[in-house]
Amino acid sequence: MVTARETISATSTLAIRSENLCRHYRMGQNVIRAVDGISLEVRTGEFVALLGSSGSGKSSMLNLVAGLDRPTSGSVVVQDRDLAKLSREELAKYRLQVVGMVFQSFNLIPSMTLAENVELPLRFAEVEREKRRTLVQQALQRVGLGARMDHRPSELSGGEQQRAALARALINRPQLLLADEPTGNLDSHTGTEIMDLVCEFNRQLGMTVVMVTHERALAERYAERMIFLADGKLVDDRVNVPGSSPAAVQGGR
Amino acid sequence: MKIPDLTELALRNLRESLLRNSLTTIGISVGVASLVAMLSLGTGLQDLFSRRLAKSGLFDTVFVSSRRELRGMGRQEERNGPTPGESRILDEPARQEIERLPNVAEAYPDIRFITELRYEDQPHMTTISALPLSAKSNDAFEGMQGSFFSSDTAAEVILQKSFAEELLGKTPPLGTPEPNVADLAPALLGKELTMRYAQRGPTPEAPQAANKGTSADGSIAGAAYSVVSREQKLKIVGISDLDPESMRGPMRGRVFFPLRLAESLHVMQPADLREISRAASDQPVYSSISVRVKNPAQVQGVEDAIKKMGFTTFSILDASHSLQQVFRVLYAFLGIFGSLALTVASIGIVNTLVMAILERRREIGIMKAIGASDTDVKKLFFAEAGAMGVLGGIVGVLLGWAIGQIINFGTNIWLRSQSLPSEQFWAVPLWLAVFAVVFAFVVSLVSGLYPAGRAAKLDPVQALRYE
Repeated sequence: MVTARETISATSTLAIRSENLCRHYRMGQNVIRAVDGISLEVRTGEFVALLGSSGSGKSSMLNLVAGLDRPTSGSVVVQDRDLAKLSREELAKYRLQVVGMVFQSFNLIPSMTLAENVELPLRFAEVEREKRRTLVQQALQRVGLGARMDHRPSELSGGEQQRAALARALINRPQLLLADEPTGNLDSHTGTEIMDLVCEFNRQLGMTVVMVTHERALAERYAERMIFLADGKLVDDRVNVPGSSPAAVQGGR
Repeated sequence: MKIPDLTELALRNLRESLLRNSLTTIGISVGVASLVAMLSLGTGLQDLFSRRLAKSGLFDTVFVSSRRELRGMGRQEERNGPTPGESRILDEPARQEIERLPNVAEAYPDIRFITELRYEDQPHMTTISALPLSAKSNDAFEGMQGSFFSSDTAAEVILQKSFAEELLGKTPPLGTPEPNVADLAPALLGKELTMRYAQRGPTPEAPQAANKGTSADGSIAGAAYSVVSREQKLKIVGISDLDPESMRGPMRGRVFFPLRLAESLHVMQPADLREISRAASDQPVYSSISVRVKNPAQVQGVEDAIKKMGFTTFSILDASHSLQQVFRVLYAFLGIFGSLALTVASIGIVNTLVMAILERRREIGIMKAIGASDTDVKKLFFAEAGAMGVLGGIVGVLLGWAIGQIINFGTNIWLRSQSLPSEQFWAVPLWLAVFAVVFAFVVSLVSGLYPAGRAAKLDPVQALRYE
């Protein structure tokens, strides 16, 4: 098997490059090394799965790439931005413009309708009201929720909520889609629906996708590359041919 | 985020926890209402005093006297002026000149002298003052029985209550309540008094021949005029309710009669003797003149102009300045007490918003994850605090106004039951309403400072982990 590192070196543009990236937490007397010296590179347009058991540091790694957290040491450069050197405001702008995120628990704001949830990043980006309306409509239609715009999240199924979350993640046309166990709360059928959408965005829009999951089967089915973490360290990094494994996608829980 | 978006989001967030936010807003309303109530009481009282004082005719009046009048008021001011020898005489041409000054409504001489009034053959010595017709609106004649002078030359008098009592021989012993003026009126209205006075006339050819009276001094050697004793019948048309000692200037007298009539009588006054060497023989010389200014604000200017003419002036402007000072202090106190409730309400805002942060921790985390900056989050909480402040402020102003109306209404019922005239002592001027709303807004923003800062600093990773 060819290592991923060799393939990357041949290509030109890098979406993510981390060097000796560390994130340590202090918990009482102990220091928890959630991310402990990870160096990796992700090409633009690549679909990468971050795999590992719980506590392996994959979510912490994702938060660092998302600009939600700051490294203790080392560096992470995304789309030519050295995240460790950005101010809080610049980091917020980075999250707004460069990154789209989806979560296991959808994280829609319950008091807002789907349209309002999807509109929220546009408000932060100070997009004109009229333009916002059409963008929201397009985004929700694309994920098949055009008729559900004025519903609140609680009135929708999990799959529908995650689709709305995807619409929200993509509304600002980010270059990077970060997904944290996106199918974790879904049954296998709706999980497949969501993953198909993610793949579509990856291929059609050329978006770089980093997905955190503990399900190897899911990664094998969709990802072009699988990175395995354990105890905050990178333990394996291999190229995968999507769909090569016959294993079906299994729902979480 | 832009302001319309902030307002929209803030209002929808407030609607989400309707009960709690309503209660907080009501708290602000009560605070604002108490502030408005206190300050409008202050404003109303000040208005009431100003109105009463304006009616007293003191604040729009400048008292003018000749610098030669050594007993004049405001002697200190004379030091900078010309020496008495150079100063002008306060005579009719001077009066007319003063009346032509801008902003002067009228200038009339103060004619006041001690005289003997006979009523039912009983002599009574008293001070009689001449009044122009414009004095009718003066509050000395509020609650007066009878009517004001029918004309400026009518042979009519208005009596002060205590003099009316004296005429009826009813002067109450000290310490007993004064009789109501309405009880005195029927016995006196329409009756006649006879005034005996000394008339100052042109120099007669033979001074001794003109001397018919016995009480007058007769002619003085070298004097340029003669003095004749005369009588004048006067009809009682009104009885005033006010204590003469509380008044100043022309209002100080126990009996009043029309000014033109007084002038036509050429009554000899103390100033005549002093001006003997300078006055034209048949021209009256006034000891003082009262100048009514069109607006109390113009008193200073008129006063300065008259001083330039070479006269001594006095006005109650200084007194009104110190009164304003008193009101400023009163205002500050009322404002502080009123603000106390608003302070308590602002703590309510802090509490509500801190609670909201705990409840909406996850929501804040989500907003940050999808691109909200610290500033966005801060602004959103500020907007919520501000919206509560503005809403509370508006409701509070209405509430304060309503409370004022109710108290005003209640007090007036009480005043009427005490047979006192009702008064409007409660006023919510527009500036106060606007100020109250702006103040509530600012106080809310200040209250939002800590919660907003706390919300903005929330770590998104932890906030998202929080269920």
